[in-house]
Amino acid sequence: MSEAAHHEEHPTGISRWLFTTNHKDIGTLYLWFAFIMAVIGGLMSLVIRSELWAPGLQMVDPHFFNQMTTVHALIMIFGFVMPAFVGLANWQIPMMIGAPDMALPRMNNWSFWILPFAGSLLLLSFLAPGGGPSAGWTIYPPLSVQGGAGMDFTILAIHMLGISSILGSINIIATILNMRAPGMKLMKMPLFVWSWLITAFLLIAAIPVLAGAVTMLLTDRHFGTHFFDAAGGGDPVMFQHVFWFFGHPEVYILVLPAFGVFSQIIPTFARKPLFGYTSMVFATATIAFLSFIVWAHHMYTVGMPLSGELFFMYATMLIAVPTGVKVFNWISTMWRGAMTFETPMLWAIAGVFTFTLGGLSGLMLSITPADFQYHDTYFVVAHFHYVIVGGSVFALFGAVFYWLPKWTGNMYDETLGKWHFWLTFIGFHVTFFPQHFLGLAGMPRRIPDYALQFAEFNVISSIGAFATIAVQLIFFYLAFKAMRGGEKATDQVWEGAEGLEWTVASPAPYHTFATPPQVR
Amino acid sequence: MTTDVRQANRRTLRKLVLVVIGMFGFGYALVPLYNVFCDLTGLRLTDQGRSTVAAVVDEVDKDRWVTVVFTGNAMSGLPWEFKPKQTSIRVHPGEATDAIYVVRNLAAEPIAGQAVPSVTPLKATSHFKKTECFCFTRQELQAGEVMEMPLRFVVDPDLPEDVTTVTLSYAFFNADKVSSKKYAHSESGARREQAAVYASAVNAAPQG
Repeated sequence: MSEAAHHEEHPTGISRWLFTTNHKDIGTLYLWFAFIMAVIGGLMSLVIRSELWAPGLQMVDPHFFNQMTTVHALIMIFGFVMPAFVGLANWQIPMMIGAPDMALPRMNNWSFWILPFAGSLLLLSFLAPGGGPSAGWTIYPPLSVQGGAGMDFTILAIHMLGISSILGSINIIATILNMRAPGMKLMKMPLFVWSWLITAFLLIAAIPVLAGAVTMLLTDRHFGTHFFDAAGGGDPVMFQHVFWFFGHPEVYILVLPAFGVFSQIIPTFARKPLFGYTSMVFATATIAFLSFIVWAHHMYTVGMPLSGELFFMYATMLIAVPTGVKVFNWISTMWRGAMTFETPMLWAIAGVFTFTLGGLSGLMLSITPADFQYHDTYFVVAHFHYVIVGGSVFALFGAVFYWLPKWTGNMYDETLGKWHFWLTFIGFHVTFFPQHFLGLAGMPRRIPDYALQFAEFNVISSIGAFATIAVQLIFFYLAFKAMRGGEKATDQVWEGAEGLEWTVASPAPYHTFATPPQVR
Repeated sequence: MTTDVRQANRRTLRKLVLVVIGMFGFGYALVPLYNVFCDLTGLRLTDQGRSTVAAVVDEVDKDRWVTVVFTGNAMSGLPWEFKPKQTSIRVHPGEATDAIYVVRNLAAEPIAGQAVPSVTPLKATSHFKKTECFCFTRQELQAGEVMEMPLRFVVDPDLPEDVTTVTLSYAFFNADKVSSKKYAHSESGARREQAAVYASAVNAAPQG
């Protein structure tokens, strides 16, 4: 690797991307893949919102509607948010810890190139007899045992997506544990790196359980096992237990890297070191641990003994403590800082704000007796979009604007960036805030039709959705413009930016830190 | 990358792969583990495992009446007509009572089915004891055969005071997967029947 550092040579054209083992190339590939999946998943959400624009059935038939809700969720979770954060990890972690590349570069190439095949397999399910999966992204039996071949496509796609995530996580852990520059002690690492280390451990613990669950589904469907098949003495509720044992850590897999991004951006633009670094690390680890013992709060209504409901209720509420520690630390970092509000900072503040609102509705859902009212309503839909879009996706936008000058060497258009932020932020809240009221009033999720009294809020929500997706054209324009040229960025890019990635040139050279930097 | 780092990376890779394999196995182990956990702590709510325990009740509570309501559905994939002969029976707790379900095989070939019981409200589940039930074994019907399937039960006198109605519901499944696929018509048809089952379960619930 040291000889490679002396020149910038690499294959060009398609073979550069197919055979690359360079962490920056692979990071770029991940981000492009996530971008394409986000477009597809976003268009699916518009099918859903078109159908829900008015009561009654007008645009699509209910079976197709169910496929849209199912595949929209699967694509956004496994195809967009997770690969996007892995892309950021690939780009940033080696630069942040002073490593020349990821620990296992060839495996890194493989982890990425599984993804396009997995994504295609998932989308091909629409062509199977009976269409794509329509049992909801949680693929509960008995529906997932009964569905057509589309369900088998989905199960195999989930296997492949899982393998990709596991390989990616192993690589990230090995990089962080073994490849740090001299002097880069664990407790000196940037918080984005810490968040990813913990997330990667969550991934290798949780994803194999999902793989097990869907494998059991597959054998129930085709090989005569009866894990979840009541006809042979199996228990459909068992699937929910196994699924959510994966599913709850999964939501923290989606959001912990976002917390890492907030912890990088906020100190930069508040021009103050992060408040409570150590407590941030421990809070993140605590959240990760708690995420494994709260799974049944997703299934309060399946019929659990009172002692079970109470345990899961209290354990769930407990998560608010470390999460609160993080939110207060971000606020304290901003307190009396010399703040400026460039686009990444706007996204970070909006992310903390929106995620906290989502956390609040999460606390409401954690209360068992209240959940019996909210369960499977639009209140839940509003809640998880507040945390996943408001937390993870806002963090992704922030991260892209924050690091884009480092990646491309060019500044983006700040005025247009702010316009994109405000329009998306307002559009998001117009879309999802009314859904809280819909849910409290009893509108069930995953149903293409609804009672007349829900009409007004649904119209508002649909308008918001179309507006939000439309303004993403500004984002495409901004990103492409910065890739093609523009005002040159300095090496440090942001006045308050600190860390190893800001010491290398902008754009970052193909190989960085071939000679490890010395960290004080 | 120095050889030291390379070796460290390989060691980390090996350890983490073991973790992954272990967690995959753990996913499978969760299935029996949940059952063991439920048995140890007595948190089990499903009817299975309890139904085979013979009820030994010697005292009949003559002062109390409990209504037992019977429902049942043949699930998608089982071309049977399946319904209770009596919709409900009033019993005294502690009294052994017989009930009958009537089944008719609509198909032109012998088919084996397995009935899965459930009792609502949930808190009555552990107090509803079946001493004899067609759900204990597979039932095979010849083509077009009609059969009366017996059931003997006792409602435990320990049944909570506020429970006045207990609903016993059976889901009858085709015991053979291949045959089940053959008789399960279109996917949407299956879903309609599923919806009917859920609707009946929902209707039955508030009766507690």
